[in-house]
Amino acid sequence: MLKNRIIPCLDVKNGRVVKGINFVDLKDAGDPVEQAKIYSDGGADEICFLDITASNENRSTIYEVIKKTSEKCFVPLTVGGGVRSIEDINKLLNCGADKVSINTAAVQNPKIVMESSLKFGSQCIVVAIDAKKEANSWKIFTHGGRKKTGIDVIKFAKQVEEYGAGELLVTSMDRDGTQKGYDIDLMQKISETVNIPVIASGGVGNLDHLVEGITKGKVNAVLAASIFHYGKYSIKQAKEYLDSKGIPVRI
Amino acid sequence: MNVTIVDYNSGNISSVINSFKEVAQNKVNIEVTADLNKIKSSDKIVLPGQGSFKSCVDALNNINGLVDTLNEFAINNKKPLLGICVGLQMFADIGYEETETKGLGWISGKVSKIDNKNGKYKLPHIGWNQINIVKESKIFKNIENNSHMYFVHSYEFIPKDKNVISATIDYSTNIVCSAEKGNLFGTQFHPEKSDKIGLKIINNFINL
Repeated sequence: MLKNRIIPCLDVKNGRVVKGINFVDLKDAGDPVEQAKIYSDGGADEICFLDITASNENRSTIYEVIKKTSEKCFVPLTVGGGVRSIEDINKLLNCGADKVSINTAAVQNPKIVMESSLKFGSQCIVVAIDAKKEANSWKIFTHGGRKKTGIDVIKFAKQVEEYGAGELLVTSMDRDGTQKGYDIDLMQKISETVNIPVIASGGVGNLDHLVEGITKGKVNAVLAASIFHYGKYSIKQAKEYLDSKGIPVRI
Repeated sequence: MNVTIVDYNSGNISSVINSFKEVAQNKVNIEVTADLNKIKSSDKIVLPGQGSFKSCVDALNNINGLVDTLNEFAINNKKPLLGICVGLQMFADIGYEETETKGLGWISGKVSKIDNKNGKYKLPHIGWNQINIVKESKIFKNIENNSHMYFVHSYEFIPKDKNVISATIDYSTNIVCSAEKGNLFGTQFHPEKSDKIGLKIINNFINL
């Protein structure tokens, strides 16, 4: 039976983790490689790096992070943030990323999804969607949630599926950072619309939120950042909790 | 001992390289090349594969003499070869991804799209699934039945002779996830991304 995945996400800026795990045994709380290793040793099903480096000059720092992590962690690595072109994707894959998530570039030019999935295979192309609720629908936001596009989320999700996206990473802008839980309606609507796997993101504050994402939101994987930071919950605790609720996870 | 990972432009193979180097440490020499002479003189070969069946077969055919060299290595000389993901799928006679494409024909069978039961099951099949070991296989030495492996694929290998199947998984149907025929080994899952247990399988292959 296919298991539901738990994916911790690390925000990386200029090659350093922004909000890190504050474990006593950590030599360097800002080292993404060391943190990724803790997550993978703890049973993370996949590790996600979100590169939030603002300037182009420091963009190359993420390549070094991926290269070093992939030499130590033998679980899938997904990288997103600032991916603009086929060349960016190629570089990240060559450094050891297994999947690359495309956000703003996929909205501005959906053809990049088609081109990249043909070139590298759908299995490594994730489209990240930042969604905000407006009246009775959700609209896409780009540039890290700063720019409104007016594009309908559900229509866009169908379109990128057709273009060959292997997976969708859906973040609710309304919930992100609130710790109130995923936007369940949004997750459910998208999961039922597309036939590719959906990863839920944005808003997790406790372990019940992970459960709801899977049982009510019908997603295949749950991504969270802050609950795993500062050691509030370990990956192992999260998995054991889901297992106790009857949700199939890899333990 | 020399283990060669065949670098034939089949997509992203850095994870395969990293995992084999991790397991080999300095005891075994890991080569990454498409050089025919180096392949011929290797002790073992790894055939990775990402993207579509067609793109991988095309990539093999694009390197002059590579298919003949692989045939000589695996079929005539019967030296150990491990196919991973599309690397395994290419063992088949024929694949149906994109368009009908001839495979290597090493293990009789075909590669078809996984039945998603009218959209009830998502494709690609991505994530960790438990393997059901149905036959003793050298690469499963000390691997417990029902171990979790990492998968990402939309197509499945359907061999004619069911005796070659060494493990299956339950998804929409019973899917072949590992095959073995003499010196030929193949996994649909990615041992290089399957954590410590995946590295153990790689170790078993290296130590055959």
